[in-house]
Amino acid sequence: MELFQLVTAQTVSDAVKAQAQSATAQNGADIRFIAGGTNLVDYMKLNVERPRQLVDINRLPLDKIERSSDGGLKIGALARNADVAQDPIVKEQYAVLSQALLSGASPQLRNMATTAGNLLQKTRCVYYRDTASACNKRQPGSGCSAIGGYNRPLAILGTSDHCIATNPSDQNVALMALEAVVHIEGSNGQRAVPISEFYLLPGSTPERETVLQPGDLVTHITLLKPVAGTKSGYLKLRDRASYEFALASAAIVMKKDGDRISYVRVAMGGVGTRPWRASEAEKMLLGRSATEANFRTAAEAALHGAKPQSQNGFKVELAKRCLVHTMGQVSQIA
Amino acid sequence: MDEISESKIIGVATRRIDGPLKVSGAAMYASDHSFPGLLYAWPVCATIAKGSVARLDTAEAGKMTGVAAIYHRANIGNLYRVPPAAGFSLIIDEKRPPFEDDVIRYYGQYIAVVVANTVEQARAAAERVKVTYNREKPDADSKMTGSPLTTDKPDEKSKRGDTAAALRSAKVKVDNVYSIPAETHNPIELHASVAVYDGQKFTLYETSQAVVNHRDVLAQVLGVPPEQVQVITRFLGSGFGGKLWPWPQSALAAACARNLNRPVKLVVSRQMMFQTVGHRPAIEQRIQLAAEPDGKLTALQQDYVNHTSILDDYDEGCGEVTPFMYSTPNLLVTGGLARRNVGNPTAMRGPGAVPGLFALESGMDELAVSLKMDPVQLRLNNEPEIDESLRIPFSSRHMKECLTTGAEKFGWANRTPEVGSMRRDGLTLGWGVAACSWLAARTEAEASVELRQDGTARVACGTQDIGGGTYTILAQIVSHETGIPVSKINVVLGDSALPSGPISGGSWVTASVTPAVLDAARNARKTLLLAAVKSDNSPFKGKKPDDLEFVDAMVRLKGQAQSAVPMSEILRIAKVSSVSGAGKSQGTFGAAKPEFSFHSYGAQFAEVTWQSEIARLRVSRVVTVIDAGRIINPRPAQNQIEGAVVMGVGMALFEETIYDSRSGAPINNNLADYVMAVNADTPQIDVTFLDYPDYKLNPLGVRGVGEIGLAGVAAAITSAVYHATGIRVRDLPVRIEDLLPMAKMSIA
Ligand SMILES: Cc1cc2nc3c(=O)[nH]c(=O)nc-3n(C[C@H](O)[C@H](O)[C@H](O)COP(=O)(O)OP(=O)(O)OC[C@H]3O[C@@H](n4cnc5c(N)ncnc54)[C@H](O)[C@@H]3O)c2cc1C
Ligand code: SF4
Repeated sequence: MELFQLVTAQTVSDAVKAQAQSATAQNGADIRFIAGGTNLVDYMKLNVERPRQLVDINRLPLDKIERSSDGGLKIGALARNADVAQDPIVKEQYAVLSQALLSGASPQLRNMATTAGNLLQKTRCVYYRDTASACNKRQPGSGCSAIGGYNRPLAILGTSDHCIATNPSDQNVALMALEAVVHIEGSNGQRAVPISEFYLLPGSTPERETVLQPGDLVTHITLLKPVAGTKSGYLKLRDRASYEFALASAAIVMKKDGDRISYVRVAMGGVGTRPWRASEAEKMLLGRSATEANFRTAAEAALHGAKPQSQNGFKVELAKRCLVHTMGQVSQIA
Repeated sequence: MDEISESKIIGVATRRIDGPLKVSGAAMYASDHSFPGLLYAWPVCATIAKGSVARLDTAEAGKMTGVAAIYHRANIGNLYRVPPAAGFSLIIDEKRPPFEDDVIRYYGQYIAVVVANTVEQARAAAERVKVTYNREKPDADSKMTGSPLTTDKPDEKSKRGDTAAALRSAKVKVDNVYSIPAETHNPIELHASVAVYDGQKFTLYETSQAVVNHRDVLAQVLGVPPEQVQVITRFLGSGFGGKLWPWPQSALAAACARNLNRPVKLVVSRQMMFQTVGHRPAIEQRIQLAAEPDGKLTALQQDYVNHTSILDDYDEGCGEVTPFMYSTPNLLVTGGLARRNVGNPTAMRGPGAVPGLFALESGMDELAVSLKMDPVQLRLNNEPEIDESLRIPFSSRHMKECLTTGAEKFGWANRTPEVGSMRRDGLTLGWGVAACSWLAARTEAEASVELRQDGTARVACGTQDIGGGTYTILAQIVSHETGIPVSKINVVLGDSALPSGPISGGSWVTASVTPAVLDAARNARKTLLLAAVKSDNSPFKGKKPDDLEFVDAMVRLKGQAQSAVPMSEILRIAKVSSVSGAGKSQGTFGAAKPEFSFHSYGAQFAEVTWQSEIARLRVSRVVTVIDAGRIINPRPAQNQIEGAVVMGVGMALFEETIYDSRSGAPINNNLADYVMAVNADTPQIDVTFLDYPDYKLNPLGVRGVGEIGLAGVAAAITSAVYHATGIRVRDLPVRIEDLLPMAKMSIA
């Protein structure tokens, strides 16, 4: 770990001003916000993150979970994963989010981890965390050790020749399916970014992961009022029964009119370089009947274009099964 | 010594006497020790697996805040090799002392060490030491087939009959290769050394499963007589074999303390745990079995190869239990070693037998499938009368009863053998079985028992409690012998200055130490009775010691309860604070001409659930029946077996140290990426001890339970996986991708 300075932000604008001094808000940032610290501090200990300054945002009044005027939900950036998962409204109306959060990490971590911290957690690629290995994300231009190396857990969608790392979050997959909006306060004021536009593909600049600029503080996310009659669910597949990141996961929001699917959102985790929305699958399903055959066709569409690496070809089939099964489960209650 | 069959305390479930210390945080583990002037050491680890150090630049690191010194080959001072081991002394797996030369032979090898005022400063400076390497391409390949061996041809480990001919003419035969990857011990407690040097004597607080050996080894390494080294391990946060023999951090901490004349603490990081403190090696085993159509084995051949490091020969000994498991006229076991650029492997819980039985018992299951015979029946049909390899009787073997009792508890009779034929709650069930065995032995031990005027007793031995319950068991033994309640018995272990005790390995501590403690307790009693008859004012003055007995912590005339005088009263009258006795017992391990074949036995029954539509496999139930002699304390004994079963779930389904093929780095070097079973993976576990005392081994009839619980579990699970899915996984761990091709879609 490098020596760093810790400053505590008393107001949102303090925080924004402090971090605006950073050269970047992406990998290699020299000034970082710290929320729960469960991701950032781990990587600082490994010298993967080397900020010279930490801006503690835990005093900011951003921890509320409240109904918005339009009937949706506003979740503060500092709302803890455990609190969001157990919130009565979330459990009832956004079950997919509650389930996704509860499938992640451990109770102790969820008590510390925050909504924005989770949104911005880094990949778990083993080479990213090992400073002795080449890694384009950590050190642009050094190469990608995962290609041709240990890539079993990594991505099959959205990859490039420069990086194949997954976004490891469960929460973010649910947020994709719920079409959350990320609210940001930056040097030039406030803005709202749909989550589908928040994450970048690695392309040739895997060190850039989001649209955030220096000074940008995520203040909250908003969820729309659920479409009446929709049901949702999350399924996470992994080697052991708990405390492991997803090899494949699925977040489904669905509504049926009679047997017909009248509304559907499909997102996947563990397979994409960013939380993956499968619009092709949604197109296949909309207006069709909720049958296993149709789910399978949709799953095939979702994985169309998947590009497996040397060790993770099984994820193509695993992700399909995960989708089909979750669609089946949600369609039974929808 | 006579057999001890009756007891009020032996065999009685007894709470751990060290439990309150542990849960209250009062128990001092090695790294808890701190001293005035303590400095912290952090090693610099090689980031290549093969090559040499071309240049070491410590200039920047040396100037950093708090740094006291940086040591490397040129300035560490003398560190010597240890002469060849004989018996259980002077054992060390990595024989090259740290910094001996500039050659790098495995990833993470220590090349320098920084000592600073705080651990953070030491670590930060270690990261600033600049190392320039001459790089070579390492070999950390986990495949052994076709690899050159360290010997011209594999070693013959056991042989009888003409196996080649019997295999050629076999009516039914199976022939397959099984592999297990390198597995890394991951006890919660990291390896640690706190070295205190007073200018002459070293006091080393270590994470050691063998303090006496550790003292002798470190005395050699440091070039001082053993009296100048004391090794202390009061409590161990588990070891699993990884802490049996000293690893290089111990020599480094001691050398730094010597150089600086200050206490030095070195705690190995989790990442280093994957590099420099041993692991179970990657192993490939070919198993060939031949049988008559009725299931009678006619030949068994096991050929194993395990990886070892570049400098040292670590033989996993996978054939250890093979020669006597089953009756067969023809048998051959061979073993070989293949060098890799890896740290030296070492014993991991059940070394040899655990991987060996994964292969052998998988082979037996495959044979049962070929024969269309029930796998329990196949084993019963091949039960030997004697140990056919040594041609001597078994001391006490109840393998058949393990199998039949287990089958009954598990409900095996309800098993339908067809693949995928059993279902429950929408899940496919798989049931598998494996037999298992582990050696039983005694090694030499000494102990002392002191009876004190305050009514307490003290028992001391230079062995250690690595979490298995040794503290409590020794209190039980002394209580049995003296009638002093367990709560008034002070057990002192984990110090090389105490009477020499056994290593906490081989599952033989209980079998080895208890006779020595009994002997010591009896000798202490003799002195007590002598005091009773010799002291003025003693009611027994003038009697003969033989007229007296020591019952319920009281001295009395034989058979005359009304004459009883408390032990404390006798000692008060005698004006002595205490009387003590020394005890000793001999070893059986490695006897040239053993009379009996000493082993423990068991049967493992496993149930898996398989959900093909999401490729989800879970172990739901394990029934274990263990024949391990007399069980002294059923509570920790059951803990041992349950913990081993959970470890077996990890071995079967999750654990694998992954070496990057290009750098040779164990790349999943943390608890998130090295997947072990967690609570949610723990099946329902049902443990039964048959509890037949083995009086041929020692007067208490006790063998040991530390390792056998893991043996056979992986084979039972992979056999259950086959039963559920039709897929035979021969390369551990069983991964989702192994099971995907066959999984069929079905949606309710
Ligand atoms: C052992 C382990 C297992 C885990 N398992 C899972 C799992 O199964 N599934 C899963 O989804 N996650 C898992 N996690 C990850 C966990 O969810 C994240 O660590 C956590 O969500 C991060 O939140 P935090 O508040 O602690 O973030 P921090 O560590 O404080 O911050 C993370 C990043 O977010 C930035 N940041 C934080 N708040 C803001 C803000 N308001 N605006 C802008 N930037 C901000 C920080 O600067 C930093 O870059 C696991 C973590 C661990 C350690
Ligand atoms: S996959 Fe991405 S994060 Fe992993 S080594 Fe390659 S560039 Fe780095």
